[in-house]
Amino acid sequence: MTALLDVRGLSRSFGGLRAVRDVSFRVEKGTVKALIGPNGAGKTTLFHLVSGFLPPDAGTVALRGEPIQGLPPHRIASLGVSRTFQHIRLFAQMTALENVMVGRHVRSRAGFLAGMLHLPFTRGEEREIEREAREALAFVGIPELAHVEATSLSYGQQRAVELARALASGPELLLLDEPAAGLNMRETSELARLIGRIRDRGITVLVVEHDMGLVMNVSDEVVVLSYGEKIADAPPRAVQRDPEVIRVYLGEDDAQVA
Amino acid sequence: MLRSRTVRIALFAAAIVAVQAATAVAGKSFLLTQLTMSAYYTLVAIGLSLLMGYAGQISLGHAAFFAIGGYVSAALTTLDLSDRRGTALVDLLERLHVLVSRTDLYGGTSLSFHAWAAFAAAVALSLAVAFAIGVPVLRLKGHYLAMATLGFGTIVYSIVLGTQQLGAADGITGVPPFPLLPGLAVGGGRDSRIANYYVAWGLVALAVLLLANLVESRVGRALRSIHGAEDAASAMGVDVGSYKLRTFVLSAVLAAVGGVFLTHFNAGVGPGEAAIMKSVRYVAIVAVGGMGSIWGTVATSALLNFLSLRGYFGTLDDAVFGAVLVFVMLFSPEGILKLDARAAVAAALSRLRRQEGGA
Repeated sequence: MTALLDVRGLSRSFGGLRAVRDVSFRVEKGTVKALIGPNGAGKTTLFHLVSGFLPPDAGTVALRGEPIQGLPPHRIASLGVSRTFQHIRLFAQMTALENVMVGRHVRSRAGFLAGMLHLPFTRGEEREIEREAREALAFVGIPELAHVEATSLSYGQQRAVELARALASGPELLLLDEPAAGLNMRETSELARLIGRIRDRGITVLVVEHDMGLVMNVSDEVVVLSYGEKIADAPPRAVQRDPEVIRVYLGEDDAQVA
Repeated sequence: MLRSRTVRIALFAAAIVAVQAATAVAGKSFLLTQLTMSAYYTLVAIGLSLLMGYAGQISLGHAAFFAIGGYVSAALTTLDLSDRRGTALVDLLERLHVLVSRTDLYGGTSLSFHAWAAFAAAVALSLAVAFAIGVPVLRLKGHYLAMATLGFGTIVYSIVLGTQQLGAADGITGVPPFPLLPGLAVGGGRDSRIANYYVAWGLVALAVLLLANLVESRVGRALRSIHGAEDAASAMGVDVGSYKLRTFVLSAVLAAVGGVFLTHFNAGVGPGEAAIMKSVRYVAIVAVGGMGSIWGTVATSALLNFLSLRGYFGTLDDAVFGAVLVFVMLFSPEGILKLDARAAVAAALSRLRRQEGGA
């Protein structure tokens, strides 16, 4: 069976820096896969390559067996891949609800002419967009914040809006870039439960994360990157025992030097 | 949302009627001429407002699109093809009423394009040119459109100023009225002054309604999301480049439509309409009204254009618009209607004090 996401031999350099080197992994449908590694390991670059924000120098990215590498972000989004950002990117001067309604963009179709003429079908579509957006806000637990300007919300609430926006697009694959960054312990454990509920909906999740507790708690499989290369790809327990991973994380070399 | 939009349109219509009534009561109906001209310039401004406020792009070439509308329309409705009669194409176009016979000022007859045909050509040309500029430029992030349109504006200005067939420095005169409906034509003449005033502002109201609809739609939301966070918008499936392009093309076509009708109203068009300073003026008007605030733009455009056309700014006409731009950027980048005057002055003073304190 083809994996939902199949990354093969992906590489990307910036000048002399080889940020991602020949990385391959698969994400099976309905699973949560984590992408971890020390700072500068190439996790975010890899995310950008998968979501179309950067074209790869070499390698392929296949979604349901179809190549998507090099496509622009909006095309990849329309194929059912939705993402959040490491640094929250909410739409300024728009309410939480409006932010999430933009998430429905790929699932709706009113264009310039239909919008200007306020054609009858657009009214039904707008109602549908708003209903789905409210449902997404309720799913992440902040239905009461619908009409608050998104950028004035607390950090944790902004993360929730971003997640709701990504979910509103009805993705098959959800890419979460450090969703726990800046969250307190309570919010992080809520996030873990939320990721579990997202998987229960049949949505496949690929998550970049620093918080090891969260990673070990929610993921089915973990890919470990170091200096742009994959050094492990296994279930959480196996990864925790992997000597190479331990060396990278605990800095065995440094320990010996000291 | 729908209700407030409807209410605003109704208030706008009432204001249009009230202004006309006021000029009638005051016995100053001659003011309607400049008010009508202001309306056609307002078409340019509201399109530009959409571009600047929603696509986050600045065009310094909107006067050129206006001029394309005006010149195409003027050239096609004033040329004379009567000596080409007998050729298959000319005869066919005449039978289709694309070409019509006109009697000119001196009693001679000429065979030239119907105003609607010229209108279609003007819209088509502005659309094509906007696409040609926008497609390569809007794929890039940043304010490259401003530079590209500045160059484009310069080219159009040079062309209309230097082409004998377009009247060079004199422009094109003797443009016939535009037969909008039977018995209703866009053109000069004292008896049709009131009708023309309503046609012009009716056109503005229609354009405002269409754009207000657009802003409240899925497309409007996508445009605002581009302005808010471009990368996130594209991650949500918004084709950022295409949306910017379409907004630019839409605003260019609106400018051309304004140019077509003002040319028929004035019975002529001159190279001054294509001047770069005219483009700067439109940008200043949008900045004052608040980028993306279509209503604010309508209000400031009507006022500033009217004052300018009545000659209130005298020889400092261009300087006034330059000064307006500087003032807005200093005190109220969001537009003058959002200006909290006391707060802005207080903020400016405290900035000044801090600088002095630091020095």
